Amino acid sequence: MTASIRRIAVVFAILLIAVLANVTFIQVFNTGELRARADNQRVLLQEYGLERGPILVGVDPVARSVETDGALRYLRVYPDGEEYASVTGFYSLVYGATGLERTENDVLSGSSDLFFVDRLQQLIAGQQPRGGGVTTTIDSRSQDAAWAGLQGTRGAVVAIEPSTGRILAQVQSPSFDPNVLSSHDPQSIRVYYEDLLADPNQPLINRPIVALNPPGSTFKLVTAAAALASGRFTPESVLPGPAEYDLPLSTRTLRNWTGEPCGPGGEVTLIEALAVSCNTAFAWLGNELGADALRAQAQAFGFDTAFETPLRASTSRFPDNPDAPQTAISAIGQFDVRATALQMAMVTAGIGNNGIVMDPYLVQELRGPDLSILRTTTANEFGTALSAQNAAAMVEMMVAVVERGTAGVLQGITNAEGQLVRVGAKTGTAQTGEDGQPVAWMVALAPATNPRIAVAVVVEDGGQAEISGNALAGPIARAVIEAALR
Amino acid sequence: MRAAPTSGRLPHTGARAMSQTETGRRPATRRNRELFLLIIAWGLGVLGTLQVGWATGEGTPQRFWITASVVGVLALLAHIIVRWRVPFADPLLLPLATLLTILGMTMIYRLDVAAAQRAIRNNSPPPTPDVYSQLIWFAVGVTLFIVVLLILRDHRVLQRYTYTAGLIGLALLLLPLIPGLGATINGATLWVRFGGLSFQPAELAKIALTIFFAGYLVVKRDSLALVRVRFLGIGLPRPRDLGPIVVAWVFSLGILIFQRDLGTSLLFFGLFVAMLYIATQRRSWIVLGVGLFAVGSVFSYLAFNHVRVRVQVWIDPFAFADTGGYQIVQSLYGFANGGMLGTGLGRGYPQLVPFANTDFVLAALGEELGLVGFIAIIMIYAIMVQRGFRAAVAVRDPFGQLLAAGLSITLALQIFVIVGGVTRLIPLTGLTTPFLSYGGSSLIANWILVALLLVISHRARQPIPAVEPIPEGATQVVQR
Repeated sequence: MTASIRRIAVVFAILLIAVLANVTFIQVFNTGELRARADNQRVLLQEYGLERGPILVGVDPVARSVETDGALRYLRVYPDGEEYASVTGFYSLVYGATGLERTENDVLSGSSDLFFVDRLQQLIAGQQPRGGGVTTTIDSRSQDAAWAGLQGTRGAVVAIEPSTGRILAQVQSPSFDPNVLSSHDPQSIRVYYEDLLADPNQPLINRPIVALNPPGSTFKLVTAAAALASGRFTPESVLPGPAEYDLPLSTRTLRNWTGEPCGPGGEVTLIEALAVSCNTAFAWLGNELGADALRAQAQAFGFDTAFETPLRASTSRFPDNPDAPQTAISAIGQFDVRATALQMAMVTAGIGNNGIVMDPYLVQELRGPDLSILRTTTANEFGTALSAQNAAAMVEMMVAVVERGTAGVLQGITNAEGQLVRVGAKTGTAQTGEDGQPVAWMVALAPATNPRIAVAVVVEDGGQAEISGNALAGPIARAVIEAALR
Repeated sequence: MRAAPTSGRLPHTGARAMSQTETGRRPATRRNRELFLLIIAWGLGVLGTLQVGWATGEGTPQRFWITASVVGVLALLAHIIVRWRVPFADPLLLPLATLLTILGMTMIYRLDVAAAQRAIRNNSPPPTPDVYSQLIWFAVGVTLFIVVLLILRDHRVLQRYTYTAGLIGLALLLLPLIPGLGATINGATLWVRFGGLSFQPAELAKIALTIFFAGYLVVKRDSLALVRVRFLGIGLPRPRDLGPIVVAWVFSLGILIFQRDLGTSLLFFGLFVAMLYIATQRRSWIVLGVGLFAVGSVFSYLAFNHVRVRVQVWIDPFAFADTGGYQIVQSLYGFANGGMLGTGLGRGYPQLVPFANTDFVLAALGEELGLVGFIAIIMIYAIMVQRGFRAAVAVRDPFGQLLAAGLSITLALQIFVIVGGVTRLIPLTGLTTPFLSYGGSSLIANWILVALLLVISHRARQPIPAVEPIPEGATQVVQR
């Protein structure tokens, strides 16, 4: 019987190999697929079992993990949740993560390759891995001012340090409370999320970098820059600025918001046209320069480029093939011109930075679990939008907007020493066409020379007149600038 | 060492006797090696339990050293009895069985901790820990192990009780069907309840029936080996010899139908066919057995919903992830979470798999010990089965050979069915994991099984003069 016993033993040896091969497949080759399945609670439990690193503004966390005694060990809390929601995003059991919680997940969760040495130590010491920290570029005072200013409106603020591209403020209103979305109660998460989705004000879209609005008269900065770049115009060039501009190829006319000519005899210099936001002069200028020149200038400022700060921003755009009347309307930031608040802040910052546009960024430092700095972001040039000479001329034109034009609300700003600061700005109002509510804009630069901040404020439910840029967006811009200069 | 089956020049028994007596010394008992391995097994349990305590934040478990001492004393007691009663027995079987039992208790403790922590979170009353019940079952198991070694000096005695064993096995299997005594747990009627205790008689039945099969086949194997009918090139047995296999087949189907126990049904039929083949060395029995198995499988798939569900879940568990496939899906997630090296004891989430301490204890171990630990456990089983087959090959009497082989096959089949089940190699059937699972019937039965294998292996390695040579007839030699 020995032979048959041996044969049976061989059969079991084959079964043994099958079992071992199968379990090797599961535990080595198939783990990724199994772990990626949506209903795999272990991945969540493990993720929530680790102490996720903080997101910092200066030294204060705007997102951190606190230990609980629930099944999910660590809870994500956001001390100023709504104010920083546009930056941090949320970290949800049900809906995944957004904002920096998503883009910086490798660091926050501790799985980044930067932590190789830490992980090795933890493995040997048998410690639970911990996540690293992310320090943002946000300046809490500017952020606070922007947040306070936007209360009760639908709008967004983006402020940039012109010389580097650091994002100093990024605020949306209305916002959402990431604490609720990051709770451990799926039911309340779902209810809140559904409410946010149903909200006509769309609090979840990350308005400062995603919402595209017609930039209105703030786009005249781009048109003016294109005019200077063409070599045919200087700030003192005289342009026709009648009360009404007959749009080419059509019977329609384009009117100034005052209904009056922009200057005596219907003529106006470029600098005065910008100061009083003369629609007819810029419409004429647009057709003189042509759509291609305007588009090229817009692109030099960052239009048609998808920026990742590392949060993905919408691509601002200038229409592809506008005809003559469309070009005229585009030149004053209407028709199909669309820009994010981030983009208009970049236009302003580029002018302030001697014509050089910097890539905007939101993450200053990546830190280890012990908060030691592992990597610092370095500023990076996006490109040159205009010559230093033209940039300086543009700054003077923007100062004129504040000193004798439509942005009077920004007059009299002082710095920390109490000295008066020269500020450059541009107002804007645009029809959205959708709900008829005009969009009010204010972009500003302070101080005018060696600016420390370029800010773009957009208020989507603005009033009816051109004045609204000054009246609605202006005070917010002023508050942010004052906070930044203090 | 053994003459080739074809040579026929050296009588088989002679060759073996010579090799053992030529040295003029008693073969080594290797009992010290057993003791050494037992100490390692105990030490691994101590370290594992402490690690669970530390990793889960519980600190040193309550009554830890008392528990560890009781386990140590039980293992030592078993070892001393082995030393005294079966000194030539295989030195690996006892330490490996002990190691598996201790590993099982470690995991049961780990799951107790998870259950207790969960109760605290939910503000519910603390659950009764299972590890102490398992310790009691371990004590009962070792006691019966010792009883077997004390009363059974020679396994051949069992051959006298062939039909008694058969009847006992049958009775045990039918016990759960008696109204008032049987209990249906989780859809399968394989439990007996009296007082507060529930017991799975099928676990003991597998040993009784292995004894019966061995005794029966040793007597009938000559007639069963006769070939009369040739069909499609395969020599088939005489129709009147088909009786036993048909009875076994009908019986297995009966278990499946009335007790809804796929695993036990498969185990008995597989065991019978394999032993039939070993006894007769006729492949036709295997062909017949596989054929009947296929017919039975198709029949049960078509006839019984619970079988159909099992198969569908096996083919695509994720489609049933919220219902019938939940367990196996969670098991697979556990394995995936463990990966190559495992999460470490106390660091995974084995409690997410329902019945983690019984049917799915291997998934729990696979998650926390990883592929490395899982393979180690499977290899422990493989070595135990191999030692069993080795005893079967080495022992001199055909009954002992069949019994040892049968017991090894029981163990191996059960392990394959449960391991294959929890890793989705084959459809899941409810069988316990020998030594590891929480539950008294299984633990006790497997410790008795080890005792029987030890007795047989002792007989196999015992010096010849100590035993009267068993007259192995000339038929045996001719057959080889």
